[in-house]
Amino acid sequence: MNSDLIVFLVLAIVSIATALGMVFSRNAVYSALFLVLNFVTVAVFYLLLGAPFIAMSQITVYAGAIMVLFLFVIMLLGADSISSTSDLPWQKPLAFTLALVLVVESIYLIVSRAQMDRVITEPDTSINTVENLREMAITLYSQYLLPFEVTSILLLVAMVGAIVLTKQEKVGKGS
Amino acid sequence: MDWTIWLEWVLKGFILCLILLTGFAYLTLYERRALARMQIRVGPNRAGPQGLLQPIADAVKLIFKEELTPGRVYKVVFILAPVLTVVPSLILAAVIPLGTSFTMFGREIALHVADINVGVLYLMSIASIAVYGIVLAGWSSNNKYAMLGGIRSSAQMISYELSLGLCFVIAILLGNSMNLNDIVNAQKDVWFAVIQPAGALVFMIVTLAEVNRAPFDMPEAEQELTAGYHSEYSGMKFALFFMAEYQKMIVICMIAATLFFGGYREFWFLKDTFLSVDRFWFLGPIYLLLKVVVLLFFMIWIRATWPRIRYDRLMAFGWKVLLPLSLILAFITATGILLAQELNNQMIIWGIPVLSILCVLVAVAFIYRDLRRKSHGRV
Repeated sequence: MNSDLIVFLVLAIVSIATALGMVFSRNAVYSALFLVLNFVTVAVFYLLLGAPFIAMSQITVYAGAIMVLFLFVIMLLGADSISSTSDLPWQKPLAFTLALVLVVESIYLIVSRAQMDRVITEPDTSINTVENLREMAITLYSQYLLPFEVTSILLLVAMVGAIVLTKQEKVGKGS
Repeated sequence: MDWTIWLEWVLKGFILCLILLTGFAYLTLYERRALARMQIRVGPNRAGPQGLLQPIADAVKLIFKEELTPGRVYKVVFILAPVLTVVPSLILAAVIPLGTSFTMFGREIALHVADINVGVLYLMSIASIAVYGIVLAGWSSNNKYAMLGGIRSSAQMISYELSLGLCFVIAILLGNSMNLNDIVNAQKDVWFAVIQPAGALVFMIVTLAEVNRAPFDMPEAEQELTAGYHSEYSGMKFALFFMAEYQKMIVICMIAATLFFGGYREFWFLKDTFLSVDRFWFLGPIYLLLKVVVLLFFMIWIRATWPRIRYDRLMAFGWKVLLPLSLILAFITATGILLAQELNNQMIIWGIPVLSILCVLVAVAFIYRDLRRKSHGRV
């Protein structure tokens, strides 16, 4: 058993445990913390696959920026604990059904599609080099320039929308 | 992989932790003595010669202090929070090169714990993780003052992180690499602080906010929030927060030195003399230490000089002044490098500092006008 496999197995257990903890935790802050831990384990998975850039971006963007904002909102609103009576009685059965469908589907796909000879055993080490980062940037800014720019405009629109929605109207002189 | 590599890594990590812990202890003494000098006092000078044993006395005092856990705190998070604050401040230093390399027992030992290609991104991601400890400490204390301190600090750190990222971008552009070793070696001839002085200045301001130092220490403003996020902490748990703050100061000065002040490389006028790091490997850590001590002195000096900034002004300063300024600086740097490459004229590089300083002057004029309007006009 090589060291990568041990790391993978331990992290897999941690990531599943934190995902479950996030779902079943009664306290919203604990849920958020479990999710942070989950993101970090996913980042380590990327590292195992030899993609340090994506791993670091994962931590910076998800664990560092987005989840801090989540925590911020949870604390500001005081939504620490969720009341046990849900407002949406049909939500739980529906969620369970959909989750079951997803699990069955993925098991079917794994059983039918997975072939042992096609498993990627060795990550491509070329991802690890600086040149690869450069290649990625060049691809992003030439081949995928339009989607990239559209995404940024989408984010800009969302930001402007949030500002407009929360901006207080100035009371005019007449009123 | 043979076991000697593991041994080397473990030893280097251990030594780095020891350096940072000792550095923390003596930084407190350094700060207290320097502050005392600036306020025409003597400072701690009783324990040992010149007060040199004061940090040890403090540590003993903190260990024997009664540790109090208030009754209605969220206990797990309450205990976890100081740990989450200290660990990022320690592991942040792992990628910083302390020097070149030397040969011992027939093998080459490089003076850094981890030489990774995405070193700058690593710094960014760990710095963004560092906010959790403070936020969670504020929340788990179940105390309004602590909570306010935690929320203030998270808002502040998120806001200033944007400018911090852009300052990293400037260093990456100038060094043409994300590897900190490459960035240091690119400063062999001229420091990045010379090419981009405004970038170095913005970086220093932003890092003050990131480590919650004066004049940006709103999260622990004692007049308003008693002690902010660590109000409820006592004994060693409080000491951990204290430790994290000072370790972050040291590490952030190391990062600033690495990105903008030549890192472990010798001063430019010592290049190619016998005092160069290429001649003697042990000069690298010494040069880095010198730079860090000078930068730390500036941090202490600022604390002794400036009053705390009001919270709304702090946010306005981060979003309306530093963010546009650092965006423009990154743009100027990128354009300057590109033009110098395309036109094959190295003199264009010197357009970068000129334009950058102009931008800083515009920003200062803006702040001045804004403050004047506020002090004379209606509220």
